Formats: sequence, structure tokens, C-alpha cells
Amino acid sequence: MKYITAPFRWIKKTKKAIKDFFSSQWNKTAYVFRYLFGEIGDFYRTKLAKYVDRFFGFLTHNAFINMSNTHIGFFNNKLKIKVTRYRREAFYGYLFIFLWLVGYLLFTFYPMMYSLYLSFTKSFYNLQTGITSSWHGVTNYLNIARSQTLLPLFGAYIGKIVLAVPLIVVFAIMIAMLINQPVKGKGIWRTIFFLPVIISSGPVIAELTVQNATSLPSIEESNAIGFIFQNLGSWIANPLEALFSSLLLVLWYAGVPILIFLAGLQKIDSSIYEAASIDGASPWDNFWKITLPSIKPLISVAIIYVVVSMSLYVEPRGILELATTHMRSGNPDSSQYFGYGYAAAISWIYFLLMVIIMLIFIGMVSFKRKEVKKWG
Amino acid sequence: MGLIERYKAFKQKDRRAAKAKLKKIFYGMHLTDGLFYKIAIYTLLISFSYVYLYPVLFMFVNSFKTVQDLIDPGVKWIPTTIEIENYQRALEVLQLPQSIYQTFGYVFKVSILATASSALIGYGFAKFNFPFKRVLFALMLATFILPPQVTMVSNMIIFRDLGIMGSQGAMTYPAFLGQGLNQSIFILIFYQFFKTIPHVLMESAEIDGASHIKIFFRIALPSAIPSIVIVFLFSMVWYWNETFMTALYVGESVTLPLKLGKFIDSYELLYPDGTLGAELNEAIKLAGNMLSIFPLMVLYFIGQRQFTESIDRTGITGE
Repeated sequence: MKYITAPFRWIKKTKKAIKDFFSSQWNKTAYVFRYLFGEIGDFYRTKLAKYVDRFFGFLTHNAFINMSNTHIGFFNNKLKIKVTRYRREAFYGYLFIFLWLVGYLLFTFYPMMYSLYLSFTKSFYNLQTGITSSWHGVTNYLNIARSQTLLPLFGAYIGKIVLAVPLIVVFAIMIAMLINQPVKGKGIWRTIFFLPVIISSGPVIAELTVQNATSLPSIEESNAIGFIFQNLGSWIANPLEALFSSLLLVLWYAGVPILIFLAGLQKIDSSIYEAASIDGASPWDNFWKITLPSIKPLISVAIIYVVVSMSLYVEPRGILELATTHMRSGNPDSSQYFGYGYAAAISWIYFLLMVIIMLIFIGMVSFKRKEVKKWG
Repeated sequence: MGLIERYKAFKQKDRRAAKAKLKKIFYGMHLTDGLFYKIAIYTLLISFSYVYLYPVLFMFVNSFKTVQDLIDPGVKWIPTTIEIENYQRALEVLQLPQSIYQTFGYVFKVSILATASSALIGYGFAKFNFPFKRVLFALMLATFILPPQVTMVSNMIIFRDLGIMGSQGAMTYPAFLGQGLNQSIFILIFYQFFKTIPHVLMESAEIDGASHIKIFFRIALPSAIPSIVIVFLFSMVWYWNETFMTALYVGESVTLPLKLGKFIDSYELLYPDGTLGAELNEAIKLAGNMLSIFPLMVLYFIGQRQFTESIDRTGITGE
């Protein structure tokens, strides 16, 4: 008997040894991290904090501005302003968001307005003269509307987003509900489904696309799907085909939405489900009547996230890359590239399309059906 | 009753009990705790994760293949020989140890700035009441849906005027001023966190004579370390993966992913036509891809918890 059970004991032993090894390694790393952060914290408290305080103290107590508890004095207390609690709070509030305020005006608001202005001009840049622009009216927009290369690109963009967003959201809800079931190793599943967010950068995706690894071979070679495409009009078949040929990469956008929905699902009180099951609700009812309504606000969040992150991705030979080319190689004599104004118009149309699609989707999600009133 | 009948009855009872037991194991008390249900869930999860990770697996396996294996349709998941040379070539082409230092240096700098400024701004929005706060907060959130590509045209001109075009300043200045990549999410994370710190704590510190700035550095910031770690890790990953704006503003080969984008050109420069190993095959390119995502994978497995539980911990989606 001893000899028969020996292998099992060995297996047990090795398993334990492996487990011990890894847990000790993990403890070591965790210890190192704790130690490191603790050291940093101690260093900050004992050494650095003094200087930080002194530096920021200097910002509020100097010759130009001297802030006491009751008054703020400017220019060696020549000009004094009484400080109320409300005023002080407002002052500190603006002090903390000052960086953002400057950044917003300089790097977001002004560029937006400036590029809106540029989109109505014909603008070129060269090293000697800098930017030269002349008023051009809406000609840029008209030219884009007449363009044979840009219009199909915009169409493809709309088709891609309109088809992909519902797919991604449904997929994300499905995966989140699967992980939310009582399964083992929730951390592992989360890790797997979040991995693409970490690794998906432009060049990696481009390389995967080139090598045809963005779709399952069984989908690519399926006769049924090919048959469906042949019998549909090209206006719907083309976007569908584009979607299927990069299906897996499209699903990769679900990484963050899965976590969003998972967080929402975990917040639902389990006593609601218990009460429903006492009343005889089936899992199907549970989903439509409890789960979906409670994660409904999160669907809008997920839609915003997905639409924005899909629009941020710059396709090779896509709209945004074309805009860059127009911007960079545009010069007044060129008949192909029309400079900064044209590029600005392209990106504004792109932005407006994105916002419109997003609004339509959110409107559809938060649209409430009118309750039918039953009389009698 | 005879012995045989009694035995039969006993058997039947036994069988019925066994049946009930089996049924309980397979179907469970409810739908959700039976064996069939478990099998279905695990099957679905495993097959979905296979589909989901197919490109990664493809990349991993094919990066070890020889040219013969690449052509041979019979070899799919297990290469006949493991070709380490692919990786050696890719290492050379990407100039690896140096370019990792370079990329980390750049990404580290930008992320530190973005994290620091997000913490300050988030604290300002969370803890103080000031005129136009709601409007400004709404504008801050709205910047999330503005793709940086929309403003790239005029930003190019502005950066040129400021003299930071073509240097890392083009990314670090906006990050420091709260306009970096996805920075409204980071500000929102800090905002949500600082709102959970009880106001009483700050007030008592104020009564003891601490200024608001001191309160921020001594009380708020040390308690926000989980948020700081999450924001820092995410901003590192996003800045690492951002290639379009970085290439436009900073330069064509600043980060590792950008070098990967020019892999073919670099390869031809290193192995000109006619030399040994001149033909670039897919396996070498995939090895380059694997190498370029390797540092991020290491980061991911160290800070795995921070990444996958970020949304639960920060609560940015709710309310």
C-alpha cells in the first residue's frame, strides 16, 4: 500500500514545494515594495517635508503678497483685502486648479478656436515666414465633401463605429456577467481580459493586421459569412466585412468596459435577487428586470469610452494620417496637399461626427419607453 | 412481505436517493450551483479568452518559428524548432537595452508630471467651493471626448511658437498643465478619492494651524497613495503606447513602439541586400513586437492588482 500511494505523496510534496517557493518569492517582493515605499515616506516626512513647506510658505508670505488670517496684503501690505472664509476658500480653490486653468486656456481652448479659425482659411507653414493664412470661407469643407478619397474614409469610419460599439458593449456585459458568476480565479480572468489594454499600441496592431492575426481563421474561411456578404448590398456588406476581418481587435476595446460593468455588477445588492427568486423570477427575468436596469447608467459611460478610444486610434492610411500628410507636405503650389486649413477642417468634421454618433448612442440607451396607460 | 420484496423495495429507495443526489450534483439547488452550469460557465470563459488572446498567442508562437515553419501549413501552434535567432536579430534592430532606458526615461518623466498635476487639480476641485466650479469641472470632463488629433493642427503652430516642438517638452508641458493624455480621467480619479476624505479631518488640521497647502501635502497626499499608484501606472502605459502624437510632436524614434513602427527600415539599414540574413521574415517582426510589449507585460504583472481593480477602487464610473 505504501508503494502504491508513494507517487501521490510525491505529487503532493512537489505541489507544496512549488507553492511554498512562489509564496516565499511573492512575500519577498511584497516586502521589498513595502520597504521601498516606507523608506520613501519616511524620507519625505523627515527630510523633504521641511523644505516643501518652506517653499510653499514662501509663495504665500513674501514682499508682493502676504497672507495672514484676516487680510491679504499686496506690495508690502500697501493694499489690504479683508479675507472672509468664502473668499479664502475660493482663493485656495483657484490656487489648486491654477495649473489646469492655464493649461486649458493654452493647450485646449485656444487651439480649438484657432483650428476652427484655420479650417476657414488657406494656411501654409514654412520655416522662413512662419504660418501664412488667407481667408477662404467654407471652401475647405466643400472640397472635403467633393473629395473622392475622403468621403469613403468617413463612411468607413461611421460604419465601423456604428457596428462595433453595440458589439463591444454586449460582449463586455456578457464577459462581466460570466466573471461575476461564482467562478474560481476571478483575478486571472480579469487579468486575461484586461491584457489588451496594456499591449495594444499602434505599431503592434498594425503588424497584427498585416499578418492576418486579427480575426479567427475559422471566421475568415467560413462559407456562410461569405454567402451573407455576397447577398447584401455593398453599403452594409463592406462595413460588416471590415468588422469581421478585424473582429478580435475590435473586441479588444472591451478591456476597460468589462471592468466598468464588473464594478457595477458587484454593487448590486444580492438581497434583490433573493427577493426576486422568492417571487419566482427566473434567471432570464432577473437579467432583464434587475441586472440590466442597475447597470444602465454604466452603459453610457462605456459607450463614451469606447467611441473615444476607437476614434483615438490612428489607422494606417486613415483619415487622421491623411490630415497629417496634408498638414506636413502642403504648400501653396501643390495640387495634392492643401495645408493646415484643410487638415483642420478634416479633423473638425471627424470630431463632430464622433460627437454626433456618441450622442445618438447615448440617446438610444437612455431613451425611456412611454408607459402604456391601461384605462379601465 | 417476503425477503425478496423487501430487498427490492430497499434497492428502489436507495436508487431513488442516489438519483436525487446525482441530480443535485448536476443541476444544483438552483440553476446556478449545479455542475452543468459550472461546466458551461468555464467552457464559455475559456473559449472567450482563447478568442480574445488569439492575436497574442499567434504573436508569441510565430515569433519562435523558422521560415520553413512559417510556410508549412501543418505547423500551427507548436514550432518544430525554437528559433532564438529571431529575437537576437530583433534585439539588434531595436537597439534594445538603450531604447528601453530611453523610453522609460521619457515615459517616467511625463507620468510623474501628469500624476502630480492631476493630484493637485483633483484636490482643488474636490475640497474647495469657488465661483464657476461646476462650469470648470464640466469643461474638464468634456476635454476627455476631445481627441488630441482635433487640435493637432493648431497645437503644432503653438508648440513651434513656444519653441518646444520636436523636444520632449511638447509632451511634458501639457502633462504638467493638466492637459496630457486622458488626463481628465486621472483628475477625476483624484477628485473621487479626495471627496471621500472626511472634511472634519481637514478642519481639525486647520484649527491646529496648518495651511491648506500643508494639509494637502501632509494629510491628503499620503492617504492618496493607492490612487497615485493607479494613476501613475496607467499614465505610464498610455504614454508608452501613444505613438501618433509622440511621433508628430517629439520625434520619429523617441519610444520603443515608434522604433517598432520603423522596424523594416532599420532592418534594411542593418542587413543591406546581399548580406547574410538579408531577408526579413514575419517571425523576426513578431519577435520585435514581443520585445516591445515585454516591458509593459512586466509592469502589468507587477502591478496587476492596481490595473484590474482600478475601477472598483477609484469608483470613477459611479455617481
